[in-house]
Amino acid sequence: MSVLVFADSTEGKFKKSAFEVVSYGKKVAEQLGSNVVVVTIDANSTEELYTYGAEKVVSVKNDSLSIFNAKEYASVLKQVADAEGSSVIVLGSSIDVLHVAPLLAVALDAGYASNVVALPSSTSPFTVKRKAFSNKGFSNTVISTDKKIIGVAKNSYGVHENAVSGTTETFEASIAESGVKSEKIDKVTGQVTIADAEIVVSAGRGLKGPENWGMIEELADVLGAATACSKPVSDLGWRPHGEHVGQTGKPVASNLYIAIGISGAIQHLAGINASKVKVVINTDPEAPFFKAADYGIVGDAFEVVPKLIEKLKAFKQA
Amino acid sequence: MKILVCISHVPDTTSKINFTENDTKFDTNGVQFVINPYDEFSLTRAMWFKEKQGATVTVVNVGNASTEPTLRKALAIGADDAIRVNMEAVDGLSVAKQLAEVVKNGGYDLVLAGRESIDYNGAMVPGMLSSLIDFNFVNGCIDLEVDGTSVTAIREIDGGNETLSTSLPLVIGGQKGIVEEKDLRIPNMRGIMMARKKPLNVVEPVAAENATSITSFEKPAPKGTVKLIDADNVDELIDLLHNEAKVI
Repeated sequence: MSVLVFADSTEGKFKKSAFEVVSYGKKVAEQLGSNVVVVTIDANSTEELYTYGAEKVVSVKNDSLSIFNAKEYASVLKQVADAEGSSVIVLGSSIDVLHVAPLLAVALDAGYASNVVALPSSTSPFTVKRKAFSNKGFSNTVISTDKKIIGVAKNSYGVHENAVSGTTETFEASIAESGVKSEKIDKVTGQVTIADAEIVVSAGRGLKGPENWGMIEELADVLGAATACSKPVSDLGWRPHGEHVGQTGKPVASNLYIAIGISGAIQHLAGINASKVKVVINTDPEAPFFKAADYGIVGDAFEVVPKLIEKLKAFKQA
Repeated sequence: MKILVCISHVPDTTSKINFTENDTKFDTNGVQFVINPYDEFSLTRAMWFKEKQGATVTVVNVGNASTEPTLRKALAIGADDAIRVNMEAVDGLSVAKQLAEVVKNGGYDLVLAGRESIDYNGAMVPGMLSSLIDFNFVNGCIDLEVDGTSVTAIREIDGGNETLSTSLPLVIGGQKGIVEEKDLRIPNMRGIMMARKKPLNVVEPVAAENATSITSFEKPAPKGTVKLIDADNVDELIDLLHNEAKVI
């Protein structure tokens, strides 16, 4: 009756969210009076997981798993869940995990609650709090099946150290026949991705043109942040579509979201509501974003941002 | 090619979200319902296949009679017929089981859905459906080409995208990119008139227990007012972010 946690990795390295789900899974196991087992697929080393409470790690490696494949991963996770007798499976919310989770739910005939933002408020009935209505509400959801899958919303529980002396076992999984084959991966490397970023610096039409993005990139660079943009900006082709955050673009759940020259249309706010602290810089004091923000500066981005970069550089060096 | 497009009937993005009956029900009072935006991208791609490559397009919703205007809108956009599974949609797995039955009975080659709905944001129904009927599955799809039974799809990944080869039968969880927002269609008068005559078949659900159920809703804690900082004093912002918000 263990709690199984899938620690998601990319190119052999754990994502930050992996440590969050392990922290979460450890606590759920405590609530249930059970133990936690962490499964990794194609991860280079599993030792980091012990820091977050992973007493037992099951490591699955196979050349065909080096590139993510939803059906293969779901099959592997099911095999491990069966072998470990896991009744609760804790997953994250990366794009890949969101691809796998529903397949795993069917394979295990498990109720699946995605977007979970807190530890179970009760384990009998098993009740979790989930984000709904594009972050405009929460639903308290009971999972009534024997096996339960929890999808933890990114950056909602946090990473909590809980060091144990864990052990790692290897697991030989049989690989499912998959009807989907990866042909090519195009990835921007060397940049912080919006999904993993602690800080996102985002800009809108107020920047007046793509030639002015240099200062946004510089600000992001100083903060170790990812860059993003509003929908009109990606529609105009000033920035790539992958940077568009909002309802139909990418969701952001960063610790800090800095919006520069973005008025704050409701569709944009729906995509960034999950961010913890929001800063708005805009010339228009009536911009709706000020109502959603924690901190605001009414001012011209072309004056404020260079000053901010200069002061932040000094702050970082201090 | 026989295409099925799954349509969620959701509150318009701009809707105020409120709950009633001691916070156990979503308050539909004054709420405008629309085709789920992610499903709309997929529906538009289906219309493209119909027009360029030849296909029939059926739209389906699992819901009670109140969802029919949304299905009619999809018919007005150009779908050939509609199916409503007469059941309140409560849980992703049971909805997927109803859709699986529709796919089995209809013999569809391609099922297009949105990657998630904007009401419960579960992001689970398309994947569950694919597993239940053993179709191939691509989620977060931003480009889709079908040549005979061969399929090339592009899906979004963290920090980029991935090109995949697969084949029909297939389930897609689509999003912006599978068509662009400017290509979304607004029903014209002729479409609306024709939609009235198109078949909207109501089928009864098959037995499927809910795996999850919502016991209550909450609204986020009210937000405090924004703390305004003078544009000449960015030091104060840095200080607040460091000492008060503790995010830098």
